[in-house]
Amino acid sequence: MRWQPLALTLLLLALSGGLLLLGTSVGAQGLDAALWQAPSLVTELRLPRSLAAWGCGALLGLAGAIAQGLFRNPLADPYLLGASAGASLGVALALVLAGSAGGALMAGSGWGLNLAAFAGAWAALGLTVLLSRGVSHTPRLLLAGVIVGVVLAAATQGLTLLDPSTLRPMQSFMLGSTSLLGWSQVALSLPLLAIALLLALMSSRTLDALGLGEATARSLGLPLDGTRALLLALLALCSGAAVAQCGLVAFVGLVAPHTVRALGVSRYRWLLPLSAISGGGLLLAADIVSRWVAAPIELPVGLPTALLGGAYLLSRLPRGEAR
Amino acid sequence: MSPMQNPTLRLDLDHLRLGEREVLRDLHLTLRPGEWVAVVGPNGAGKSTLLRALAGLLPSGGALRLDDRPWPLLSRRERAQALAWLGPAELDGTGTELRAEEAVMLGRLPHQGWMGLASAADRQAVTEALAAVDALPWRHRPLHTLSAGERQRVLLARALAVHAPVLLLDEPLTHLDSPHQADWLRLMRAQAAQGRAVCSVLHELHLALRADRLWVLSQGRVAYDGPAQQPAAREALQAAFGQRLRFVPDDDGWLALPA
Repeated sequence: MRWQPLALTLLLLALSGGLLLLGTSVGAQGLDAALWQAPSLVTELRLPRSLAAWGCGALLGLAGAIAQGLFRNPLADPYLLGASAGASLGVALALVLAGSAGGALMAGSGWGLNLAAFAGAWAALGLTVLLSRGVSHTPRLLLAGVIVGVVLAAATQGLTLLDPSTLRPMQSFMLGSTSLLGWSQVALSLPLLAIALLLALMSSRTLDALGLGEATARSLGLPLDGTRALLLALLALCSGAAVAQCGLVAFVGLVAPHTVRALGVSRYRWLLPLSAISGGGLLLAADIVSRWVAAPIELPVGLPTALLGGAYLLSRLPRGEAR
Repeated sequence: MSPMQNPTLRLDLDHLRLGEREVLRDLHLTLRPGEWVAVVGPNGAGKSTLLRALAGLLPSGGALRLDDRPWPLLSRRERAQALAWLGPAELDGTGTELRAEEAVMLGRLPHQGWMGLASAADRQAVTEALAAVDALPWRHRPLHTLSAGERQRVLLARALAVHAPVLLLDEPLTHLDSPHQADWLRLMRAQAAQGRAVCSVLHELHLALRADRLWVLSQGRVAYDGPAQQPAAREALQAAFGQRLRFVPDDDGWLALPA
């Protein structure tokens, strides 16, 4: 099936709008009419949470599209270069250092943990780039990312074993959580998304040309080194910010660009914004499901994304017939 | 660009190293406008490396000159407009959803502004290039759904769409069937007749002997640089390929067959 990109954009935006409306109407008792009966509940809790969930999902979708184009690999996801492992280690360190206050920190604004996760993600990416001696050699970059991921994950495990009180908050971070999102996260993620999307769009031609190989892209006069550094920085910014706010949400960054590709979008000037919009829609939908399914109990948002994402990718697996 | 303006590409290089290994040495080559050169030689002789050096894709300092201007002094855009390079057929189209005509349109990047908006001239160049390789019927199909030969023709169209006065092609005939190889031969002659300089690495010796000029590469050196149909060319080929060739006369000149 092939969609006109503009029509697809409008459709996906409308879908996101519908989800936003639904998200503000789902509470502890399931669907309710709080929009009219208790507006403050909507404006202070549900709307910011839904908007921030959408923003985080959009950051992940954009990061996924950038990673897949940059590494010319349909399996690349935002966490590829060790960002997730770094963020986990940052959170574990913060929890251990805060000692028993960890729970209080988590229950509070969450800013402390956000910052720790963000710093951890950036430190891990810096380490990856350092180990791969620059950004120009793709296989070395991926290998360095895997090494950093494994080593930092082991360090995180070690830390949580040393201090069992961190086990529960760590678990909720690893599964991904949208329950702490508020206006401050909206204020961070949406402007960040706009800036990152704009910068990425300026590099969309390079991402297209990379599909024909790095040497070909270079022979076409594209400033490959500079663009690659910029895209890596955007990847780090988007995935770091998303991880910092929602924890490790599985599959959104992988599934969103794939969905858009499957709808027949081929060029990055459309793939980038559409991946962001569908990523936002996906995480918002997962947030609604996690609040609704077992209400008043709230599930970690990583559960529905992992289940839905896994099922989707499974359905997209080649079934052995010739393409 | 009129033929008068078309530049000459020169490479003067004593040594070319990739990592620790010296791949090429004593290179003094000139690629002239209106001439089609075929680069031949056994596996590992350094043909692809030579083509990359000519394309300015390897760090070779001032050894590469376009007319009298050293390569490093040209802007990225000038380089990309002057020279089109088609890499060896290693692409299988995974990791990209690009359609055939979108891939060919990338060849117009050196002529477009930073937003990459296509002009009417760009679209016409794309259509012409697709028509030249007989690819118009499936211009809307993604690269990864094409057969290897079809994909190779689209990539050739991408290089043609640049409209560069210098055309460097690394094994452009890989996966192509015989009729399309013949089409390619006519296409290259037409390009040279329009004043372009064409340089192609070929494993198809019977086609290489149809070129205007032959560069025989052997163990990192140019063993022969001259007209393709001379007796000296055949001697150099025999030496380079370990006396494993047999030459037979044909209406259009000599043919080379495996022996």
